[in-house]
Amino acid sequence: MAVTILFLGPLQDVAGTASRDAAAPLDWAGLLAIVGPEVADQLRDDRVNVACAGRVLSDKQSLRAMDGDEVALLPPVSGG
Amino acid sequence: MRDIRLLNAPFDPGALIASFSAANPGLGGVCSFVGEVRGEQDVTALELSHYEPITLAGMEQLADSAFDRFDLMGLLMVHRIGVIGPGEPIVCVSAAALHRRGAIDAVDFCMDHLKSAAWFWKREQRSDGWHWIEPRADDYADRSRWEK
Repeated sequence: MAVTILFLGPLQDVAGTASRDAAAPLDWAGLLAIVGPEVADQLRDDRVNVACAGRVLSDKQSLRAMDGDEVALLPPVSGG
Repeated sequence: MRDIRLLNAPFDPGALIASFSAANPGLGGVCSFVGEVRGEQDVTALELSHYEPITLAGMEQLADSAFDRFDLMGLLMVHRIGVIGPGEPIVCVSAAALHRRGAIDAVDFCMDHLKSAAWFWKREQRSDGWHWIEPRADDYADRSRWEK
């Protein structure tokens, strides 16, 4: 088991993939290191949110994903 | 009556609104908004993606806020996901209340939040490929009207 990172919306195009696996545990620094510099730049934007195990983190820098967790990277939304 | 849904196939807003109205006996008014894919030149399709664990839950929280904030009898909030063609409905919000103001304001409130604060990502297909759509500055300004 590992941590699955999901790239939502336009981040899919930036990452070049919809998902990838990472070793657990995964923290904020580890996430920035593994997603590549372009995605990492976007992650630092306040408008980009991070969800872990189905919950949107109020402080994304507090990320601590464990074995089996899904980490979703959520860029600015556009519905309706 | 509360009906919050994600749909992955075309729907008939008129039929949804009719059954929603019938499910709120004694109402004084119903206000409904239906959003459709604009038939713009060069746009052949729109795709709405979402994130299963949080998108519907976020719409339920938005409905909770609307019930807290407005004097409502019922709320219908339906949003499409998947690939949608020009002229097809994307979203339908309908509110039932004893008096018009609650119904009208609730629909306005829900739409402003669905546009720029619900967990959806939208892209459109043009002749040169897919393009992601970000909310316009107006969409953020519309939502900020509701901040207390």
